[in-house]
Amino acid sequence: MSARAFGAATLVPGAAAGAPLLLDEPLSFWGGLDPALGTIIDRRHPQHGANVADRMLMMPAGRGSSGGSAILAEALRLGKGPAGILMLERDAIVVVGAMVAAELYGCACPVALASEGDWRALAAAARLAVEAGPDGAAISADF
Amino acid sequence: MSLDLSPLDRELLSGAHGGGAAFAMRLLARFAEAVGALGFIDIEAAHVDGCLYLGRASLDFVLKLTDLGGKVRVPTTLNVGSLDLIHPELFRGPKEDAENGARLMRAHVELGCAPTFTCAPYQSVHRPRFGAQIAWGESNAIAFANSVIGARTNRYGDFIDLCCAMTGRAPAYGLHLTENRAARALVEVVSIPDGWDLEQVAVAVGHTIGRRCGGLVPAIVGLPSGASEDDLKALGAAAASSGAVALFHAVGLTPEAPDLETACGGVAPEFHLRLTVDDLRQAARSLSSVADGAPLGAVSLGTPHFSLAEFTRLMPLLDGPRPLADIWINCSRATLGELRERGWEERLRAARVTIVADTCVYIGTLTRIGAGAVMTNSGKCAYYAPANLGVEVAYGSLAECVASARAGKVVRL
Repeated sequence: MSARAFGAATLVPGAAAGAPLLLDEPLSFWGGLDPALGTIIDRRHPQHGANVADRMLMMPAGRGSSGGSAILAEALRLGKGPAGILMLERDAIVVVGAMVAAELYGCACPVALASEGDWRALAAAARLAVEAGPDGAAISADF
Repeated sequence: MSLDLSPLDRELLSGAHGGGAAFAMRLLARFAEAVGALGFIDIEAAHVDGCLYLGRASLDFVLKLTDLGGKVRVPTTLNVGSLDLIHPELFRGPKEDAENGARLMRAHVELGCAPTFTCAPYQSVHRPRFGAQIAWGESNAIAFANSVIGARTNRYGDFIDLCCAMTGRAPAYGLHLTENRAARALVEVVSIPDGWDLEQVAVAVGHTIGRRCGGLVPAIVGLPSGASEDDLKALGAAAASSGAVALFHAVGLTPEAPDLETACGGVAPEFHLRLTVDDLRQAARSLSSVADGAPLGAVSLGTPHFSLAEFTRLMPLLDGPRPLADIWINCSRATLGELRERGWEERLRAARVTIVADTCVYIGTLTRIGAGAVMTNSGKCAYYAPANLGVEVAYGSLAECVASARAGKVVRL
């Protein structure tokens, strides 16, 4: 097993680790995620049926209704949310959902902005650990 | 990226204005960074779309603010809740949901929000002025405030609308800024089907704009000059359901569009859409999932909430034989008060009308609709009802809705 380090920007601080789950398309949590199970329920989504719980969710961008923030917060409250989220574009809905869960329930779900050039390597890792602090985020990938 | 914080912002963050404001400002600062805002602006008012009970997290959020003794810092109106507090007997869900739903509504009032419980706050005394900076939730209200009034808000939602209310601040980005309000798409209504009323035109144009204009602000030319505020309400609601439209300009009708050049800010639009009779008919047809003549379970009107002017248009249509299907009409409790003053409630009841206040039939917590389709004059209701209520839907004009209720099946005029 080898390890590699990557840099990222912090959107929501925290530390977490998990196996990556790469989404091929943006996901609207509202109407797309069952917060009680952590399952992707949007039938048109390529990862329909996958479970986000405890995974390092790699979603390039956000999508859809602002109702997604409450759904993400609810999934995190129930322990069925992702361990952390990596994105390529800033997304307010995801950030608000993760922040609210952290503030209300102390569930750390760090959200970090990765670089497009690192994306494929990150997705190929067996496990990703993210430490997102005020001055930036560090991702360590085990292969 | 660092935010430019004013002395007030720093006070809010430090807790000088209470724990609730500090909590809200902390969240708002993260949000501002995520949307790329550089600082904050003052807002005059807020409209909060947080009263629908979607799960424990939404209730816990508001309870945290009440526990901290928080109060809103600007006049704040409330969107619909999960139940009708005036007619609680209409609720048809689990008892626990009713309790949590009512608790969520009351907790918002405890924060100092006005118990308006309407998706059409612009029909009330709380209507903002032209140019006002506001933070509104609820897609149709956002479209109306920006477009028809010329107030300025982004599409705020989940938690953030309330954070703006608790701080009186909003991130300076998007539609708060003049440079982002100019039209980038030109929508030309070239021809209109014979016999259509203006509301049908508005719904068909709105539905198409939502689907076709993406994130571009549209300028519409060719809408009949007689289009009323309720027609523009229907247009915005349809466009904000089929798409993410937060602002449209109707040239000659809305305040930031006295002419096309002004609406476009002097820059040529990058996208051009021409709508003909065929396009509008097609759009209207796509909102119905049943054929003409299909049996009707109910008619649902007032998505967004029915205005007094709409009731005035409806009353003469109700004269005649008692309908075979129920008619549900959603309106604000303020409009309900006006109906009572006019003595219209009795006449409405005699015509099989049930008035719903504080909430909306299409949310699905209220009624078991009888077998058959639901017919509506609302593009928004037609868009969401199939998923929310699990019903087939027919879209038609107000007159067609009443004629269909009377016949117990979908009738075209």
